[in-house]
Amino acid sequence: MLIDELQILNRLGKQFIPDVTRPQVPGPFKGRPEISLEKINEDALASLCPTMAIGKAPVSIDMGKCVMCGECAFAFPTKIKFTTDYKISTNVRERLIIKEGDNNPILIDESKIREEIRSLFGRSLKLRQISAAGSNADEAELNACGNPNFDMGRFGIEFLASPRHCDGIVITGPISQNMAEAVQVCYDAVPDPKILILAGTDAISGGIFTGSGALNRTFLDKYPVDLFVPGNPPHPLTFINGVLELIRARKK
Amino acid sequence: METTTSNYVAIKNQKTLTLSTIPVLAYGKFYGEVVELMKQPHVHCVNYYAYWNGEILKFICCLADDLAKDIKVLSHEMPKKEKMQLTSITREIYAFHIFEREIAENFGIEFIYSPWSKPVRYAFNRADQKKVINSYPFYKIQSDELHEVGVGPIHAGVIEPGHFRFLCNGETVLHLEIQLGWQHRGIEDLFLKKSNLLQRTILSESIAGDTAIGHSTAFVSLMEAMGKIVVNKRLEIERTIALELERIAMHVGDLGNMNIGLAYQLASSVFGTLRTPVINYTQTWCGNRFGKGINRVGGSHYPFTAELSEKLIKLLDKFEESFKPMSDRFFSLSSALMRIENIGKVTNTQMKLIGAVGMAARMAGIPRDIRISHPFAGYKNYSINNDTLENGDVWARAYIRKLEIENSIAFIRNLISELKKLNEPSAKPLPVSELRLAPDSFGISLVEGWRGEICHCAITNSIGEVVHYKVKDPSVHNWMALALSLRDLEISDFPINNKSYNLSYCGHDL
Repeated sequence: MLIDELQILNRLGKQFIPDVTRPQVPGPFKGRPEISLEKINEDALASLCPTMAIGKAPVSIDMGKCVMCGECAFAFPTKIKFTTDYKISTNVRERLIIKEGDNNPILIDESKIREEIRSLFGRSLKLRQISAAGSNADEAELNACGNPNFDMGRFGIEFLASPRHCDGIVITGPISQNMAEAVQVCYDAVPDPKILILAGTDAISGGIFTGSGALNRTFLDKYPVDLFVPGNPPHPLTFINGVLELIRARKK
Repeated sequence: METTTSNYVAIKNQKTLTLSTIPVLAYGKFYGEVVELMKQPHVHCVNYYAYWNGEILKFICCLADDLAKDIKVLSHEMPKKEKMQLTSITREIYAFHIFEREIAENFGIEFIYSPWSKPVRYAFNRADQKKVINSYPFYKIQSDELHEVGVGPIHAGVIEPGHFRFLCNGETVLHLEIQLGWQHRGIEDLFLKKSNLLQRTILSESIAGDTAIGHSTAFVSLMEAMGKIVVNKRLEIERTIALELERIAMHVGDLGNMNIGLAYQLASSVFGTLRTPVINYTQTWCGNRFGKGINRVGGSHYPFTAELSEKLIKLLDKFEESFKPMSDRFFSLSSALMRIENIGKVTNTQMKLIGAVGMAARMAGIPRDIRISHPFAGYKNYSINNDTLENGDVWARAYIRKLEIENSIAFIRNLISELKKLNEPSAKPLPVSELRLAPDSFGISLVEGWRGEICHCAITNSIGEVVHYKVKDPSVHNWMALALSLRDLEISDFPINNKSYNLSYCGHDL
């Protein structure tokens, strides 16, 4: 009966987040870290990190390598604190490296955005996603971007099937040797001008898979990356806000 | 704990034994014993693998016995030589195909009389580097009337890569061959390369991101068994709650995805939306929507507090309020049922033959469930209800999820009330440098993840270093079930069948 279905809908209520640029994420979510200027044993701190994301003198955390395990913050709670700031995407790789004493938000470098990106993709951006040995957590979060909660489609941002219909590709995973050729073929099939997004720590740096003999990341040496979206996996809000800031300016 | 007969040694789940106590049989005797044991319906193979022990290739076989509630371990060896051959067990026990194929690919062993000697994943350290992923030998039929449809590795949706090759007569699929390996990241090798316990724990969470809790439970339990670390009842219950939450979230998400395949918009939205509060709850608990970070050896950084338990009770009540009317509606809607009943049917016999595990086995009349046959963590002291269906079709794969969601909710409620009776503090993780594993040992850990049985095995050397680590995801067995489901089906029914299994690509490819 139709009435049953209406009741189901009614019970579920409104699910969408009205403004995806503002919600607070619950719990001990790990977003942008803040590192205090306190003096600690830097060697002990750096050696904790499973992906060597922590640098010394000055102490820094590379969000492109960080797998968000939080071990450093558990061991040195007064030195390192992960905030719930999920807006950690940027277009400049170096901006993902957070230094001690620097508690500023991570921003897109406006001067580095190619001119055609905002004029062509500002109101409509169709993306082809390539899972190149992604663990399926990254893929699940990218799917979640389009679900009734986050509803990325309202901004004209969508994942499509055919690369021919797309304006760019989003890579997840550390890029396995076995996927290397498929990544290249798919990228070539997207018409120019096109953008390249790396979603997730595995895609940005190899993450925990760094040093594996089964990877082939040479594709990334050839093309400029337009957006880095950190996370293990990247939170849908990190992805949506990152893409929005790339194709439009951040709302004041 | 250990009972030894001449041909095998039996151990309980998540226990270890001294490597030298595993009987090393001549291959003929090994073959006979395996075939004999596997003839019993309550025995299935959870792992059969090989590794180089110096110049000797050592083969270890683990057979789970659901009646004796133990695992029978036996082995054979082979010195390195020019031409390495063995008689295939697969021709008698079909479920061995995936294990023998993996051994053949990785070590260059030729299995004589193997009926299906195909590559598995083109691992980077495979024996024959000349064989590459684009040269896979697909099964072919010479006919002017038939055509082939190739899909992948990149698919239409945002999913992992795999290649599907359909041999079709018109719209009807005669044969589907699934070629995997695209996701291979060298996980097992990385377990040895990355010697730090935290690195290995993170690695276990990344084997399959949708089963982060399942695989990390298997890993930490194995390390605790080999390190002789006893965890308290409270931690066991906390881990069990996390594991059942993962099951609820994935099952309800899958029901949503299946309804996308059916084009039933309401159910896809409602089931899909119901997944969100569950994984957001997991984030409230540990900061990650997939439960990464919950499981650590010896304890957890994220205790399951009284506040969290209150929240979970409320969440489950609210979940049921929407889940029940939606599933009642879905499973009585004739236009939905006609798309899932008797579609993609596999028989009980087929599933026994391929050694299916988990919900894919239980939807075809095989009551296989590690939580009951080889209990671990909270299942040792508290029993969960489990259901078996007979139909083996898409409907059964949907309905078993509904039943398992209901069972998991009831079980979590029970665990929460049991937790209140315990007067134990939450355990903190063991500092990573303090883990000392027993030397010269073999350990095995079975965990019933949401897809089915996860198996991790480790071997240590004389100073307690891990020298071999073996991971087996349930999908390793179950991919063949998807191929069988497609036989004589219209090709347009592939998406709904694929979604109904939702198997892991990266769990298979490692």
